[in-house]
Amino acid sequence: MASTTALTGKKHIWDGGAEPYGASYGKLMMWFFLLSDAFTFSALLLAYAALRFSAPSWPVPDDVFASIPFVHGNHYPLVFVGIMTFILIASSVTMVLAVEAGHRGAKNEVVKWMIWTIVGGIAFLGCQAWEWTHLHHDGAWWGSNPFLNADGTPGMVNFTNLFFTITGFHGFHVFSGVLINVIVLFMTMNGVFDRRGTYETIEKVGLYWHFVDLVWVFVFTFFYLI
Amino acid sequence: MSQNHEHHHDHHQESFISKYIFSMDHKMIAKQYLITGMIMAVVAALISLLFRLQLGWPDQTFPWLESLLGDWGKGGRLDPNFYLALVTMHGTLMVFFVLTAGLSGTFSNLLIPFQIGARDMASPFMNMLSYWLFFLSSVIMLVSLFVESGPAAAGWTIYPPLSALPQAVPGSGLGMTLWLVSMTLFIASSLMGSLNYITTILNMRTVGMKMTRLPLTIWAFLTTSILGVLSFPVLLAAAVLLIFDRSFGTSFYLSDIFIAGEALNRQGGSPILFQHLFWFLGHPEVYIVLMPALGITSEVVATNARKPIFGYRAMIGSLLGISFLSFIVWGHHMFVTGMNPFLGNVFMILTLVIAVPSAVKTFNYLATLWKGNLKFTPAMLFAIGLVSLFISGGLTGIWLGNAALDINLHDTYFVVAHFHLVMGSASMFGMLAGVYHWYPKMFGKMMNAKLGYLHFWLTFAAVYLVFFPMHFMGLDGVPRRYYNFTGFEYMSEWMDLNRFISVSAILGSAAQLIFIWNFFYSIRKGKDAPVNPWNSNTLEWTTPVERIHGNWPGEIPHVHRWPYDYSRPGAPEDFIPQTVKDDELPEELRSPKVKPVPERADAPAETVVDKVLFSRFLNLFGLKKA
Ligand code: HEM
Ligand SMILES: [Cu+2]
Repeated sequence: MASTTALTGKKHIWDGGAEPYGASYGKLMMWFFLLSDAFTFSALLLAYAALRFSAPSWPVPDDVFASIPFVHGNHYPLVFVGIMTFILIASSVTMVLAVEAGHRGAKNEVVKWMIWTIVGGIAFLGCQAWEWTHLHHDGAWWGSNPFLNADGTPGMVNFTNLFFTITGFHGFHVFSGVLINVIVLFMTMNGVFDRRGTYETIEKVGLYWHFVDLVWVFVFTFFYLI
Repeated sequence: MSQNHEHHHDHHQESFISKYIFSMDHKMIAKQYLITGMIMAVVAALISLLFRLQLGWPDQTFPWLESLLGDWGKGGRLDPNFYLALVTMHGTLMVFFVLTAGLSGTFSNLLIPFQIGARDMASPFMNMLSYWLFFLSSVIMLVSLFVESGPAAAGWTIYPPLSALPQAVPGSGLGMTLWLVSMTLFIASSLMGSLNYITTILNMRTVGMKMTRLPLTIWAFLTTSILGVLSFPVLLAAAVLLIFDRSFGTSFYLSDIFIAGEALNRQGGSPILFQHLFWFLGHPEVYIVLMPALGITSEVVATNARKPIFGYRAMIGSLLGISFLSFIVWGHHMFVTGMNPFLGNVFMILTLVIAVPSAVKTFNYLATLWKGNLKFTPAMLFAIGLVSLFISGGLTGIWLGNAALDINLHDTYFVVAHFHLVMGSASMFGMLAGVYHWYPKMFGKMMNAKLGYLHFWLTFAAVYLVFFPMHFMGLDGVPRRYYNFTGFEYMSEWMDLNRFISVSAILGSAAQLIFIWNFFYSIRKGKDAPVNPWNSNTLEWTTPVERIHGNWPGEIPHVHRWPYDYSRPGAPEDFIPQTVKDDELPEELRSPKVKPVPERADAPAETVVDKVLFSRFLNLFGLKKA
């Protein structure tokens, strides 16, 4: 950096010899990866939109997703998925706290908040597992849809096809996020980042985690709300 | 173990495995990509000869086919199903494995650290992983050639429903599954590679290497990688949905299908959806294939014309323009799918707009060559060949981009002619130009130039003899992907031409043996390369011929000028390397700086601010020196 300054008399971030905006290559890679992953999800969600809008009729989410564990016979649309969403967003908050603690190099706090984030991730996956089991129990799966369309005709099979494929793809992202978080947790506990002198890895993992969260907001909107 | 520690701290004795197999050195990984790509190219070329045999001599039997292919060549005739599988594999191997991974992987890896002045990639480990995923994906794709039901047979574009129903044709069975597995790994490999290339270029340039001093190769690799990062994920999504259709009974791409008179219980999907997803990748992909070749050409043409590249900024601008536009023209592959004519019009106009940046590049190449002091090295010949092919193939693109014409020409040999000239051959020429030009950097030896000339002229002739006549067949309505044409009276007149094409293809392929021999022979027996054999300005030629770890023995050189200072009048030599400092040169040769904008008060009447700004604006397009 200093040499750039010497060369031109003025600091130009794109002149070489320095990382523009001080962004490390690892963080840049994460950003570009997320951009790429965003295109994957966009493609899937656009496929969903295309198939749904070319269908004559479609099941009503409020009738399909209306159950809560241990509560029978009642109609509670959006309650359970609301809880799931809350858990995931809460885990993003704890992730922010972990990153913030990392900035201060406060190892024990990082450990604490990472554990909470992992707990949130696992809880979300647990909820998703329950929901899938429940739907499967009702006869819903890839290739079969027991839920009637809004107009009373037999349900479009692509409703369940898309639901399981896309929430499954998202769930897979959450699952890998949890795995990565666990690895990073152990690295923190072993003092790897203290030795490196930077907790930037937590930041990168955090970016991924927030991204997965953000995607859920879209999945949630498209499958449960509209 | 540690006798030779003098150069660089991690220049230690390496084991065979860490040096040649699991290498993390960008130069070695480049060579791994190149050799793998060459192997795939040989396989893909042999495959094409098999189906050219069928097209040229549909009535003849070749008993050796049966001994070679077993049941696929029963009675010495190629099986029709296997014909389709061969066409599919030829396209897949050439487009993805040779011209995407082989071309981009080789030269991005070799040149990015060298030309920007870095010791290696941002993440050498991910770079290694990227190669080994590519290798695995290549192996799986090749293995699919040997499964009992044959490799995938739905064309390189794997359109459903053919690709989605394992019971449709033999090739839709295990072969298609392996295709999808292989491509998934390929996408992962491409993603890792591209992330590395982008971040390395943005973050690791040496001191003084501004973005506007990068060689055009690097700009081309950058835009290529960005296209890859943004378009391959969409293919991944398409493949995921296809996998579910194939194996989990979904119907994303299927509706109203009958097989052997029986209705399938698959409703509500749309095969057109797949085409949209595929071509959202597919069109950028053709530029992923082409742009590195264009970058290589810029570099080779400027060096060997001994002239500054014409319109440096315009070249960057056109790369960016092509990249952007290539995301919004995919519909031109789908004019006959029954799309809304209004939408068709939009795609048509956007498609024709993309011809503008393409033409900018072409004219800039021609202007660079114009009155240059041309050095006809083999690399230069191939680069000029690329320009020729880009023009011949690009012009037919404009025909095809016109929806009204395309409805007649779609899926005929006209399209085959178009993309083999502009993508297949042009990119292959770029790749060959790159190999001839940077061979000394890869192996420290020179290739034999005489053999290079022979190779060039035979290849150049063969390419035009093979692909140019196809235009006329296409205009006459001869469809692509047909096993034979003997059943169609009106096509019988093309029989002789088909045979002529096949003979040219065989001769053209044979000519590649010259190259392969030259390549491997020169590794051992070639003349030793000087440090800077082409008197080039770029940084890679300041590294020692021995190709050490970390690239430069001492400090990484600093950069003081753009890479195209060739034949500056008054300079002692006809090139000024990027490392030459300004204060070592007379005033008029110093690296051009943008003129300061004069204050209005003390400006002479003719240099008011607007004028200076306007000249800068022109300068953006390479029209006027500021
Ligand atoms: C002037 C610019 C170009 C225009 C306007 C253009 C237009 C088109 C159009 C309209 C088609 C569809 C033809 C059909 O299937 O009916 C097509 C096919 C194709 N083009 Fe181009 N093209 C251009 C340049 C290129 C370049 C530079 C490349 C590659 C480097 C390329 C590669 C291809 C390929 C591979 C196909 C055929 C894909 C297939 O169906 O298998 N084109 N082009
Ligand atoms: Cu296209």
